[in-house]
Amino acid sequence: MRYARRALIVAWKDLVVERRSKETLNALLFFSLALLFVFQFTLGPDRERLAAVLPGVLWLGFILSGVLGLGRTFLVERDNDCWEALLLAPGDKSAVYVGKLAASLALMLVVEAIVLALFTLFFNVDLGPALPGLALVIVLGTLGIAAVGALFAAMTAQVRTRELLFPVLLLPVLVPVLLGTVKATEALLLREPLASVAHWWQLLVAADVVYVVAGLLTFDVLLEG
Amino acid sequence: MVKVLGWLAVVGIAAGLTMGSAVAPREVTQGNVQRIMYLHVPAVWVAYLAFIVGFVASVVYLARRRDTADRLAHAACEVGTVFLGVNIATGAIWGKPTWGTWWTWDARLTSVAVVFVMFLAYLLLRQAVEDPERGARYAAVLGIVAALNIPLVHFSVYWWRTLHQPPSLLKPGTSAMPPSILAALLINFAALALLGAYFIARRARVLAAEAEALA
Amino acid sequence: MMTHEALIEVVGLVRLFGATRVLDGVSLTVGSGEAVALLGPNGSGKSTLLKIVATLLRPTRGTARVLGHDCVREAEAVRAGLGLIAHGAHVYDDLTALENLRFWTTLSGLPADRERLTAALGDVALERHAGIRVRTFSVGMKRRLALARLSLARPRVLLLDEPFAGLDQRGRKWLQTRLEAFKAGGGAVLMATHSFGRELEIADRLAILAGGRVALDTPRGALGSDDVQRLYAAHTEDAAL
Repeated sequence: MRYARRALIVAWKDLVVERRSKETLNALLFFSLALLFVFQFTLGPDRERLAAVLPGVLWLGFILSGVLGLGRTFLVERDNDCWEALLLAPGDKSAVYVGKLAASLALMLVVEAIVLALFTLFFNVDLGPALPGLALVIVLGTLGIAAVGALFAAMTAQVRTRELLFPVLLLPVLVPVLLGTVKATEALLLREPLASVAHWWQLLVAADVVYVVAGLLTFDVLLEG
Repeated sequence: MVKVLGWLAVVGIAAGLTMGSAVAPREVTQGNVQRIMYLHVPAVWVAYLAFIVGFVASVVYLARRRDTADRLAHAACEVGTVFLGVNIATGAIWGKPTWGTWWTWDARLTSVAVVFVMFLAYLLLRQAVEDPERGARYAAVLGIVAALNIPLVHFSVYWWRTLHQPPSLLKPGTSAMPPSILAALLINFAALALLGAYFIARRARVLAAEAEALA
Repeated sequence: MMTHEALIEVVGLVRLFGATRVLDGVSLTVGSGEAVALLGPNGSGKSTLLKIVATLLRPTRGTARVLGHDCVREAEAVRAGLGLIAHGAHVYDDLTALENLRFWTTLSGLPADRERLTAALGDVALERHAGIRVRTFSVGMKRRLALARLSLARPRVLLLDEPFAGLDQRGRKWLQTRLEAFKAGGGAVLMATHSFGRELEIADRLAILAGGRVALDTPRGALGSDDVQRLYAAHTEDAAL
């Protein structure tokens, strides 16, 4: 299907450019590592307290990395006027949104997997049976973050105050995703079954659907420059 | 037309004030400060009504690119944000003497606060984009996403506070509401809605005048 | 192959930027096999006009049609038959020449098999640079890559904004040959330019943009560079009065 080919080529392009320029991924990893240390130092050595705040801290880390990384997704298009070339290439522009979303999602999931591994290591958490449920929540939550992030990144890419404006736009809108993921993660780490937090991951699914559909429908308007 | 709206609003406010301060019964435990509810509750209803207007106007703008739709969306979201601010402020004024605290993270207050910040960001976006046409497009998209997000915010915050936790205290007379209280609320809602519509109309006019002045 | 079919039709185009009337009633047509050179001082609206025809900007009033499709209401149909070469090179510096071609052709929904892409690179004498990142390319090489991309898309209308700028003598000659071939194949060219030199040789008509309008629209015929310069001075001065 042509739409899928077009979306995939956009994702491919983003990932290749990212791999070669190494701008975002490395910075995100180091940032996450730094966050890890900051959390440890600010929250103190109390094991119990750390375990209690771990879900919140984990997702705070994910969202902050997302804010840093996602805000940059469209910066590469500003060089050489690629932005207008994207608009000029004939075809449904929402495929570009899907491609950007897919690439951002992939990048974020890689960073999150590494951060999660480091968290379990440093804070001595045993994920065990919670892992599949946790993986689902992480994917659903990250999809929501990336879906809104890609849209707002397109909005702020050409604004002078981008670095300030992007998080200001993104964070309030992501409150439902933050709440859903933190509460679900909390329950899962306490070894509660996924079904007990059905309303939370269902909320995440609903949010994901709303954000992705809104993105698909409105992205071409943002691409107009 | 706008003038008529303005006068209707004045009449409405007068009626609302009467209902709220005199006709409705004095609350037993809280005293007269509870009367602020007649401003506090309708304010948030009007705000959400304004955001719905903003949502529709944003969709219309994206579809038709008519500047009037953009100005309506802008004005509606602005006025909605102001009314949310009124709701938060009156909530704090009500809360301090009644429950001893300016703020609490209960479901209702928190979700209103989140929506308030979302639309403050909308106003910030409008200011940050220099090109007016681009600003209109971007704001329309944000207005749509923010409005669609309101129910998600509500559910997530409500579940966050109420599940595994006792329900919050700040629920103004949910069960067994005497008819005069309900009447007062509804009259004040109508009054504030008229006032809100008047403000939106005036604001949209000012925006049009500003655009004219630049041209 | 002059069928005299109007491939670009602009009627009464007005474009405001805030208070400024950059375009104030521009009307112009470009037919099949024809090249029109758009001349005008800085800020006269040449780029704005090109952007509107290219569907990158919406006009405030008036209509622009390309290949019979309205630029605002049928933008995607216009984009399918149109090529733009402007200031930006439309390339990703971190991708190779071949990867850039692969990206843009796939995004445009065209077949992007390796042989086809390599052949296109060969046409513009870039096949030896296929695997080299574009970051190191010169202006001329990037322009050739843009033309390779266009040759795969096969547009019928070409919009050019100062296409000869930054090219050396050889590059200019080469571009000229390409444009002649494009015209001969029935394509239409609208080219905004500053120069009165040999680049104008490609043009069949000259349109001078001044005061937001087409001050003069004339066949180039046998006009030499001096003639053009005189006409230009005359009409752009008039507009300033």
